[in-house]
Amino acid sequence: MSVKERERVELAHTAAGRAVPTMVNGKPQIPFLGVGNYQPRGRKAAPAICSNKDYPDSGDKRVPDLETALRKCGLRDGMVISNHHHLRDGDRVALMALEAAARIGVKDLMWFPSASFPSQKNAIELMEKGVIHHIEGSMNGPLGDYCTQGNMRGMGVLRSHGGRYQAIQDGEVHVDVAVIAAPTADFFGNADGSHGKSACGSLGFALADSIYADRTIVVTDNLVPFPCVPWQIQGNNVDFVVEVDSIGDPAKIVSGSTQITRSPDRLRIAEMVAQFLRATGIMENGFSFQAGAGGIALAFVQYLKQMMKEDGVKARFVRGGSTKFLVELLQEGLTDYILDGQTFDLDGVKSMANDPRHVATSPFTSYNYHGKGNFASLVDAVVLGATEVDVNFNANVVTHSDGRLLHGIGGWQNCLFAGCTILALPSFRDRIPVIVDEVTTMTGPGEMIDVVVTERGIAINPRRADLLDAVTAQGSKLPIRPIQDIKADVEKICGKPARPKLGNRPCAVVKWVDGTVLDTVWQVS
Amino acid sequence: MKSSAADATSPRSAEAGHWGEEVRSDVHVSFEARDSGGVEISLESRVAPYYGAAILEQTREVLGELGVKHVRVSIHDEGALPFIIAARIEAAARRVGVALGKRSLPAQHPLPAPSQKDRLRRSRLYLPGSEPKYYINASLHAPDAVILDLEDSVHRGEKDAARILVRNTLRTVDFGSCERTVRINQLPLGLEDLAEVVGESPDLILIPKVEEPEQVREVDRMIAEIKERNGIIRPIWIMPILESALGVENAFAVATASENVAALTIGLEDYTADLGVVKTAEGGESQYARSRVVNAAHAAGVQAIDSVFSDVADVDGLRRWGEASRAAGFEGMGCIHPGQIRVVHEAFQPTAIEIERARKVVAAFEEAQNKRLAVVSLGSKMIDPPVLQRALKLVERAKAMGVIS
Repeated sequence: MSVKERERVELAHTAAGRAVPTMVNGKPQIPFLGVGNYQPRGRKAAPAICSNKDYPDSGDKRVPDLETALRKCGLRDGMVISNHHHLRDGDRVALMALEAAARIGVKDLMWFPSASFPSQKNAIELMEKGVIHHIEGSMNGPLGDYCTQGNMRGMGVLRSHGGRYQAIQDGEVHVDVAVIAAPTADFFGNADGSHGKSACGSLGFALADSIYADRTIVVTDNLVPFPCVPWQIQGNNVDFVVEVDSIGDPAKIVSGSTQITRSPDRLRIAEMVAQFLRATGIMENGFSFQAGAGGIALAFVQYLKQMMKEDGVKARFVRGGSTKFLVELLQEGLTDYILDGQTFDLDGVKSMANDPRHVATSPFTSYNYHGKGNFASLVDAVVLGATEVDVNFNANVVTHSDGRLLHGIGGWQNCLFAGCTILALPSFRDRIPVIVDEVTTMTGPGEMIDVVVTERGIAINPRRADLLDAVTAQGSKLPIRPIQDIKADVEKICGKPARPKLGNRPCAVVKWVDGTVLDTVWQVS
Repeated sequence: MKSSAADATSPRSAEAGHWGEEVRSDVHVSFEARDSGGVEISLESRVAPYYGAAILEQTREVLGELGVKHVRVSIHDEGALPFIIAARIEAAARRVGVALGKRSLPAQHPLPAPSQKDRLRRSRLYLPGSEPKYYINASLHAPDAVILDLEDSVHRGEKDAARILVRNTLRTVDFGSCERTVRINQLPLGLEDLAEVVGESPDLILIPKVEEPEQVREVDRMIAEIKERNGIIRPIWIMPILESALGVENAFAVATASENVAALTIGLEDYTADLGVVKTAEGGESQYARSRVVNAAHAAGVQAIDSVFSDVADVDGLRRWGEASRAAGFEGMGCIHPGQIRVVHEAFQPTAIEIERARKVVAAFEEAQNKRLAVVSLGSKMIDPPVLQRALKLVERAKAMGVIS
């Protein structure tokens, strides 16, 4: 669809009142109907039935290079090519695949990464040359700007990790060729992420691609004799194996050491989050929690750990993204398990490789909303960040307040289903208020967000009177305040911000976990 | 970080403030005075979509108040709050020499209640006078006092800009229940600091490197004059800092130099340098000086306040220092990082046993009062008046600290 065509896009309103396009990249869309109000029908997607007669009895599926593999997969104009992002900013495989596709001469591909990173900015060149038509996946940095400036031919589609699994499973996105970077693999295609020089821990983000894609290529820089044990990706789903010198830059795949924030204000926020869990009684024997790898979240884990020790409390499980701080909880007996979706540092990778209690999970087990339940809703408390929260507790994680793309959704939306969802954030950053009247882009509906912890106090969503009661019953001294009061404080300090002018052309959409369209990212004027 | 040059080569242009990748919540202002052409402003700001128009409007307002009519101003903003922007523009204008005798005062935050002479002063948090990003959230960490520092943390060439910034900070920033204090420079430079900041009613002025009582009296006179001129009636207390052998020798004379002296403190970095000895974590080399300060302060009826503990990472060392400090008779100490505040408060807090004993003494006293008995006794022991006084004070302090209700 050309830019001109996009201008004619019809808009509809979601249950939350946001205007969203009714067609995205030629496919009709359902606007967000409210949490739990959309009933999916039909059957799951499935790739064609294969036969062993078409694969070597020796099990050796190696081909000389990626270009050969893509040719053998029958890559054609307009197809969907996918990658996972477990190698993060260190990944070399995605661009390698897209550049090989360019050499073959195919055009108009839809690139479908589980997330993109700044080091993949060369994808812009491939869009300019017509090799890539558009990207469905998180975009930030140069790629994000390219999208929000309206330069991409198709619309961006931002999905959560669970939403991406759901979209593949439900057939909303059909992957023609999946290219899976594997830190360790055998010639049959069994692949593992937690060993090898480019080890990244889990390979969960590639699971759906390996199951549902028509063709799957495994690319590795650490080929081991069959069998590759453990296998996170099953070779029975793999068509070809390609050996390369390097799948990524280890220094950028995982950080050597993850850093706790040193900002006194952020430490204060982290400590208040931990105090809140203690005061409400959520922190009790057998409880569970999830926190990301941001500076505040890491500090929160350290404060909570201290309180768990003081109160003699042990968790049944904690959810990763894992870091050395979660690994320490495991090693010190403060949790029975780490259920880990991605691994952020070397300690996490080592732990997953060596400790059977550190379990690799996937978006299917953890986040997929169109399943028979998932782990996210079993978690007692989750601590997340956001770029903006409004007075109705709606939150934005994908755009800056000026409308430019900033972050992918990641597992953020999926985590909102936890028993107690806490956003931990400063009330303003560099004079820019974080607590606002209305979010720029709705990424999470307010009914899913229970508590907002800022350096200026804790706001509890009025829908969660139970949490308020639990805190006050304990006679806690925590500064519980209406969110409007915190907003008023911030505006007194910063002044009331002007609302940046956004264009009226959609350049990307934000999907909710059920595949409906939650909000629109507008072209930045 | 790009820094501004106070000693601009051309008298027609100058700059103030800071900008760059690493800078947060500050602003850099280049100022080029001219004879005609009106006001011309160029603005680059990381918050331009939200506050670009507001910054331009504020710049025009400030220039108007400073009486600047013809100027080219170039602003690099890193998300500075309005009181910071105003201070940087004023500093740049004064450096050019076009706004002499004029001030641009931002809207005033209501003053908190006046400070009591013997209030709790367990912790005072140092805030460098040229680092505005630390000010706005300082009180959230609940020190007993914040100290806006114009002395050692401010470069010689930045003193003029820092005192304008500190003045605006005193005027606009809500420091909650913290005592709002300013450390001026060593005299005579410190008198210029007083001229700028006293009009904003700081609660207390710290005078560095005091050696003679006359230095305290000079500051006291100047504060009194400015108060009188501005119609300020609330108290502005003085805390002299003794930082040399001579200063320590004159401790009592300094502490009694004015009835506005509320506390006496010691600066150990300079003191040990003066003696030519190494400053250790245990502090044996300064034991005499610190005891001398405690004794002089108590003799003068003012608080004795300890120096700072400079290793931010050493929490256990800080706790030991604080506990020893309290045991030696100090009532508080300085903090160079918000993370030190809680440890210091715990260290200067009476122990549970002390509180229990004091409460029993107070209860016995009240019972004796009710029975109209002149002699107070607890069990088989008679309680002397000083014991009673100490118990009363301890209970009162513990209440103020929130340790008991």
